[in-house]
Order: sequence, then structure tokens, then C-alpha cells
Amino acid sequence: MPITLDLAWTFFKMGLFTFGGGYAMLPLLQREVVDNKGWATEEQLLDYYAIGQSTPGIIAVNTASFVGYFQAGIIGAIAATLGLVLPSIIIILLVASILRQYMDLAVLQHAFAGVRVAVSALVTASVYRLGKAGIVDSFSLVWTIITFVCIAFLNISPLWIVLASFVLGNIIQSVRTKAS
Amino acid sequence: MILWQLFTSFFKIGLFTIGGGYAMLALIQEEIVHYGWMTPHEFVDIVGIAEMTPGPIAVNAATFIGYRVAGLAGALLATSAVVLPSLISVLIVSRFWARYKSSQGVQAVFAGIRPVVAGLVGAAAVLVGRASLQVLAPGSIHIPTLAMALVVFLGLLYRKWDPIKVLVVCALVGLFIFK
Repeated sequence: MPITLDLAWTFFKMGLFTFGGGYAMLPLLQREVVDNKGWATEEQLLDYYAIGQSTPGIIAVNTASFVGYFQAGIIGAIAATLGLVLPSIIIILLVASILRQYMDLAVLQHAFAGVRVAVSALVTASVYRLGKAGIVDSFSLVWTIITFVCIAFLNISPLWIVLASFVLGNIIQSVRTKAS
Repeated sequence: MILWQLFTSFFKIGLFTIGGGYAMLALIQEEIVHYGWMTPHEFVDIVGIAEMTPGPIAVNAATFIGYRVAGLAGALLATSAVVLPSLISVLIVSRFWARYKSSQGVQAVFAGIRPVVAGLVGAAAVLVGRASLQVLAPGSIHIPTLAMALVVFLGLLYRKWDPIKVLVVCALVGLFIFK
């Protein structure tokens, strides 16, 4: 399969099975992009994600564009983005035009409650993998915990945390260079 | 005229969505009220549907609102407008990135931000977990749900279960345990 088509199809599947926003996409990305396709390493995926957080745009779309761009340039970025949004367009058009009245059905609500449980387990499992890739010394461990507490309990925007990390990473690097 | 308004509104929404998620919903609401495209009640409905259906919430909301305001053309236009800032910013960042990514300084900065992502997603796990484990009544934990979450978590970690199959099976299990 040509790479552009492969990108579009892979991200189509991700658009179809991402429930509950950008974070829920991460486990699927790890599986498809890192494990199955080898388009990025776990560390690269973390970088795409961190940068996707701090550049304008929807995180899921940013991440898809990064993966697409580094596989096949601008065409790759567009193919991955189109693949990602196509399921949304199809499903939302169906819901908006003919399926609206079925959205309140108890059966659907129960199925979605099940999906939400799966999403929380998926997201938690991906934290474990991310931790293994990102936590390499005691400093990164402490910084992970600080990030977690700031966002989960203090409601600080992820944007500020990522920017602070950029600055901190730079400072630490220059201190290390001077020391050596 | 209305198509142009849709385009500029959703381009703006895509552009000012940094850090993702729910901050953007406030922005969408502001635009919708400004143009009088729908009532606040309809907006709440649309957010609910955008969250329930698969895909990025911002994209779902754009498609839905575009369709309601100007039919199929509106849906396609609003969706393109909301993803366009992403594409543009990624293309700009990628060009610099490709040039500097092997430099030592850039490497060090990335090593500094990787732990942040683990913390970020950890925080998201708490939010999603809270909402999904209190299905029946707020404050009470539903034991079958907790058991299901644990089994899925262990399966993903130690048996390398496929996330897509996990989602489908959990939807089916949900039909029985949430009755």
C-alpha cells in the first residue's frame, strides 16, 4: 500500500475509535504508530505529543500531522489529517441528519458507559508506557509528579507546564555543559 | 456570507486551541452566541453528542454546527477551517524541527519535556477514571465497573490486548452490567 494511503487508513481507524478527546488517542497511537507500523519510537511520539500541546490546533490533529509529515512530507500530513477527521464527518452527518432521535436510547447509553471504562483503563495503561520512556532519572520523576499534581488537582493549563519544561530543560542543559 | 463567517469562526477556534480539550468549547460557545447560530440549550446537546461519538471533540462539534447552520457545505467548510491552523502550525514547526532535532541542545530540551507528557496523561486518566467509575451515582463506586477496568488494564499491560478490540468488547459488556 502506498504510504499516503497507509497513513490515511491508519488514522481513519484512530478517528473511528478515539472516544473522549485527544488523550484517549494515545494508546491507539502507541499500538499502531509505534508497535505495528514503526513510524515513530515511543520517545518521538512523546515529543510529537508535547509539541502538539504547545502549538496552536487540536492535539489529535497536530499529532497526526507530525507523524504524516515525517513519513511523507506535506502530502503525508494532509493524508493523515484527512484520515483522522473522515470518521467524524461521516458519523456526525449521520447523527445530525437521521440518527438524532436514537442518541438517547438506554442501550446506547449503556454501551457508552462500557466504552468509558475501557477508555480509562487504556489511558492508565498508556501512562505506564509513557513513564517508562520519559522518566530516566530522579529529576524527570519529580517533574512528572509535579506536572501530574498541577494539572489533575490545581487546574493549571498544560500549556504553561510544557512551556516551563522547555525553559527548565534549557537551563539544565546549559548547567550540565558548563559543568563538563 | 454565512459560509465565510463559518470559516473565519472555526479557523479562529482551531487557532486559539492550545493545550487542547475543553477550553475550546467556551470559545465555540462565544462564537455561536455572537452570530446567533443556535440556542445555549442546543449547544449543550451538541457538546454531548460530540463527546459521545468517536473522533476529536473539536472536529465533531465543527461538523455538527456547520451542518446545522449551512448544510453539507457548512459541515465540510467548518471542519476544514478547524483543522487548518493545526496543519499550518505543524508544517512550520516540522521544518525547524527536522533541521535542529539532532543538535544536542534540542535533544536536552526534549528530554526535559517528555516526563511532562506522562504527567499530563496521568492527569487525564484521573479525570476519565472519575467519570467512568461513578456511573450509577456520584460518589459511589460500582464494583463490577471497577473489576472490569482492572481486568482491561492488566490485559493491556501484560497481554498486549488490541485497544480497538478492547473498546468493542467493553461496549458489549456495558450493555449487560449497566442495566
